[in-house]
Amino acid sequence: MMSLAAIESAIQSISAEPDASASASELLKLSEAVIEHWIVARGEKPTDEKREGFRLLALHRQGAKGDPSFNACRETCREVVYHYNLITMQADDSEITNRLDMMKMISSHLFLFISGKMQVAELGEFCCSAKPIRLSSDLETGTAKEP
Amino acid sequence: MTKKDKYKKVAYYPGCALEGTGHAYNRSTKAVGKKLGLDLVEVENWNCCGAMEVKNVDPKIQTYLSSRVMSTAANEMNMDVVMAPCNGCYHNLKKAEYDLKNDTESVDVVDRLSKKAGHKTYESGQVETIHALDWIKETIGEDGLRERVKNSLSGIKIANYYGCMYTRPRHIFPEKDAGPGSESTSKPHFMDDLLEAAGAENVDFPLKTACCGGAHTLSDSDTSTKLVLNILKTAKLAGADVIATECPTCHSGLEMHQIRAEKTLGEVVDIKILYFTQLLGMALGLKAKKVGVHENISNSIGFLKEKGLG
Repeated sequence: MMSLAAIESAIQSISAEPDASASASELLKLSEAVIEHWIVARGEKPTDEKREGFRLLALHRQGAKGDPSFNACRETCREVVYHYNLITMQADDSEITNRLDMMKMISSHLFLFISGKMQVAELGEFCCSAKPIRLSSDLETGTAKEP
Repeated sequence: MTKKDKYKKVAYYPGCALEGTGHAYNRSTKAVGKKLGLDLVEVENWNCCGAMEVKNVDPKIQTYLSSRVMSTAANEMNMDVVMAPCNGCYHNLKKAEYDLKNDTESVDVVDRLSKKAGHKTYESGQVETIHALDWIKETIGEDGLRERVKNSLSGIKIANYYGCMYTRPRHIFPEKDAGPGSESTSKPHFMDDLLEAAGAENVDFPLKTACCGGAHTLSDSDTSTKLVLNILKTAKLAGADVIATECPTCHSGLEMHQIRAEKTLGEVVDIKILYFTQLLGMALGLKAKKVGVHENISNSIGFLKEKGLG
């Protein structure tokens, strides 16, 4: 799985040139990858299902189960999807560059919200109290309890 | 009785933030109410709604604290509507209302604490809690505003920022998503409607309900700064001159982290941050000082003068 730092960097490097539709698809995949991190860190397997035609929306729904505060990024996910549709369905629109820039900002917000939330929940790969590091050190000492 | 009549005189619950960092919101809400001929009667001896701090320690204590505000309005002031301009207060009163309607344990806790505190127990349904947006939208409405505008907001491009607590969780706002004329939880529009009626041009802003990091602005300032910076930059990219707010926590977060982003990240985003009540007040002919623009952290006086306001 791509690291969160790599996802952040990949979002920033995306450009409308040469193919805005391909870039929008990439941003959609990166947004999915952000939520996958949240789901995996909570010990679950990210779904491959789609909701309303998008895996991102199904992943969001999965990520919000048992944690209603995760719904604070529901509309952000829907905006990612909306901008994906705008870009891919009107690829020749004169506003295409602006739309892709906007989709980048929305994907960045999703990244910032979820990575911040993972830090608060001590999930992810941030510091010595982070779950993967804590787990690996527990594994070394034979005290690991989580799968 | 129609909402238009019912909301003309309401119990006003400013909450703690509006006496501190959000004082400009308090000032402008009262000034706009007075200008529009609406009657605000402040809840007597009001207390904290339980905010985030109490809720995190014990949600039922938050339910009690919010219920006490509603009990005072209903049982001591004989009011049937409480208007809370702060998203946190509004959200907590709505949550308490929901809990007291649906959770017997909450009812028991509130009853026990109310008796101990020596006041009447609030019972679900005694008051209706509304936001300042509902208050102006339902009493005056867009047509009423258009008739009263003295200084049009024409030429000002606005990104309307509602924050995360005005619409979430959906189940505590049964009046939203209730068909034509009601507020939407996924794409709220009441602030857009009112400011457009005052002449402003609303931009399509995709982060209108996104998180500003307000809840952990002290525990994790860096993340809050990045979230706010992203909101500011997105509004700018959308073409906005101003971000209009309707929550004191969001507002102060946007203002403070705008400055912090400049100091710590060297990122300058030139966008003004104003409460929607400040914008409406100036459109109605009130001076900038009367609606507390001088109390904001960010400086928008020059911009407003340039636009013929204030």
